[in-house]
Amino acid sequence: MAEAKHPEDEDGVQIDLISAERMDGKTTMEKIRMILDGVRDNNIVILEAGLTPDEESRLIEVTMTEISPDEFNGIEIETYPKSQADDSSLLGRLMGKEETKKLTVIGPANQIETLHKDETLISALVSRK
Amino acid sequence: MGLFTELKDSISRAASTLFSEEDPKRIGIYGPPNAGKTTLANRIARDWTGDAVGPESHVPHETRRARRKEDVEIERDGKTVNIDIVDTPGVTTKVDYTEFLEHDMEKDDAVRRSREATEGVAEAMHWLREDVDGVIYVLDSTEDPFTQVNTMLIGIIESQDLPVLILANKIDLDESSVQRIRNAYPQHETTELSALEGDNMDEVYDQIAEYFG
Repeated sequence: MAEAKHPEDEDGVQIDLISAERMDGKTTMEKIRMILDGVRDNNIVILEAGLTPDEESRLIEVTMTEISPDEFNGIEIETYPKSQADDSSLLGRLMGKEETKKLTVIGPANQIETLHKDETLISALVSRK
Repeated sequence: MGLFTELKDSISRAASTLFSEEDPKRIGIYGPPNAGKTTLANRIARDWTGDAVGPESHVPHETRRARRKEDVEIERDGKTVNIDIVDTPGVTTKVDYTEFLEHDMEKDDAVRRSREATEGVAEAMHWLREDVDGVIYVLDSTEDPFTQVNTMLIGIIESQDLPVLILANKIDLDESSVQRIRNAYPQHETTELSALEGDNMDEVYDQIAEYFG
């Protein structure tokens, strides 16, 4: 992120936790830029509210255009899978909306590896550059 | 019953004529790399037109451009379903050219292949947002279906209200588990097949006719 201070010591891994409030009101491309700028600086980006399906689709597309051999291999992205409880949420269906806001972890593909994922837990191994 | 109902019926009749008789629906074949999308596209095209769609390979990202086979007429129970098949590159969030080096490729070829693969994935995403009327989602039933790419893509397809048919491919292999796919995506019907061996294709064509006809 632009205003984040990068530590002189490059051994650490920076984690940016971005609140839903900070993402609110941003356009799709502003959100994608914020995510990819962070990831390309080798940071792990955690979104409190995740992305919509359309934003995820565009994130994949923009990521592909930025992949460059020996420089950037793309991203690893994880969110909690849709739970059975969400599918049968009667109130959500009656209200005509489904809960899409789910915490999302995004990092450089060569630095983050998902060890385990289920409906309530994402366990990831983050390595240094 | 009144003017509104009659108007609605007449619009629905017009739409049905427009979409079922005149314009074949474009059905995108989507899924992760190496799920057997091109093998399936070739199987469907060969069964109903006699031609293939594109080359198949065990090396990931063999298909790096979306390829369309037009006017594939599938006959079921005396009725004809007319579709265009769009075979798309496997979708991923990362492409590392060094993985191609493991398939006896020179560095220059691997780098070129990875560049084409990234363009292909971007193209596939664009088709999904703009240019397909329905989706056949192909999964390798020997692999864990619970991946982020599958979850995201199925979410994207659902958000666009596109009809989607999930196919559990490679049932000819010992490690195949169709139930794992059914458990991962219980909101959709899953049909099993081996596109390579042609196993259970009759049921696949029945489902294509039902979903996209």
